[in-house]
Amino acid sequence: MQQIINFLIRNKTFLLFLLLFSISLFFTIQSHSYHKSKFINSANFLTGGIYESVNGIGQYFNLKEENEKLLEENNRLKAILFNEETEQEVSFSLDSTLAQYNSIAALVTKNSYSVTNNYLTINKGKRDSIQEDYGVITSKGIVGIIDNTSDKYARVLSILNSNSRVNAQIKNSNHFGTLRWNGVSPQIVQLVDIPKQASIKVGDSIVTGGLSTIFPKEIPIGSVVSFKLDQTENYYNVEISLFNDMTNIGHVHIIQNLDAKEIKSLNNPNE
Amino acid sequence: MNNVVTTNIVRFIVLVLAQALVLNNINFMGYINPYIYILFIILFPIKNNRMLFIFLSFLLGLSVDLFLDSGGVHAAASVAIAYIRPLILKFSFGMIYEHQTIKFSNTEFGQRLTYFAIITFIHHLLLFSLEIFNTSKILLILKKSLFSGIFTILLCLLITILFSKKRT
Repeated sequence: MQQIINFLIRNKTFLLFLLLFSISLFFTIQSHSYHKSKFINSANFLTGGIYESVNGIGQYFNLKEENEKLLEENNRLKAILFNEETEQEVSFSLDSTLAQYNSIAALVTKNSYSVTNNYLTINKGKRDSIQEDYGVITSKGIVGIIDNTSDKYARVLSILNSNSRVNAQIKNSNHFGTLRWNGVSPQIVQLVDIPKQASIKVGDSIVTGGLSTIFPKEIPIGSVVSFKLDQTENYYNVEISLFNDMTNIGHVHIIQNLDAKEIKSLNNPNE
Repeated sequence: MNNVVTTNIVRFIVLVLAQALVLNNINFMGYINPYIYILFIILFPIKNNRMLFIFLSFLLGLSVDLFLDSGGVHAAASVAIAYIRPLILKFSFGMIYEHQTIKFSNTEFGQRLTYFAIITFIHHLLLFSLEIFNTSKILLILKKSLFSGIFTILLCLLITILFSKKRT
């Protein structure tokens, strides 16, 4: 017994180092798997608060740009409204989304895009009835998925994250694949598992597919830059340039799928 | 004594806030960010309680992780360089470091540069390999550590020169 205690005392620094190092490794490994990093995230009271107060200052510098974005979006919506009688299809899809999806506006207080696992922090949380697995979009395209919430803040798993998987498809066709990111450029994401039969051209638009319960169908993502067959020669790997400038995101919309619970319980009847 | 404690507390808070709010938004060339919070570990008094030092480094890394949503990568890298710092000190400053408490502002520039460079590169290599966590991307890891490391060393040297207390 004496020996053991002596050993512990002699090597206490090394043991402390080992303990703290393994705790950090534990946190690291947890952060690499989706939905597990509960403790260390920027959506808590302290860091969220600091980010919000600093963002309050920085926001003024982007006012002009934000106004222009709003104007653009208003224009687009007005155009749809004015053409309502002539384009029946558009108004029909608008009505049906209104019933199933609810949109909540929020402000991004922290954005990152230079590391391999990027997250954003937004200033809406449980208090505004935001929950995990809600989608986050801007007027131009998708941003990410809520993965952690506190009372006043929420953390968004950006599509620029190696853990991010979003169902996406080629516009005007039903060939779908998975959107991932290889961690290199914040403008370019990858779409994998598109079957070889799909006709695909450079410049094609890529939109979200309706297969997940997170995003509505046909939310724009980006356009095809290049594509090639993968090693098995059965699927395309497609490089996509995002419509959204992920390095400059201010106001976002959070999409709540009101039917998500129903669809999930239908798919997993045992739970 | 009290003065040293206050200086280090202030340094801790200022460095974490500067890292989270300013330096992480630089993104020079898309991905190069300096990580100057390790200045706390570099400049920590040499005559110290090693347990306390390692624990403080862990806290430092963890608070940076909290801000940057990076799991525990900064904490792991900080703890590691805090643990091996005595070795690096001995390597870069020779035996003087054991006999007397050296002041960083009084040391030779060359020695200081090696000390900064070794600590920074070890920290960055660990940081990026844990962050990317993928052996097939080893080139990306090396590239990121090299460029961010150069940026960090430059900034650290500049800051230590600007804030040194040598007044003539």
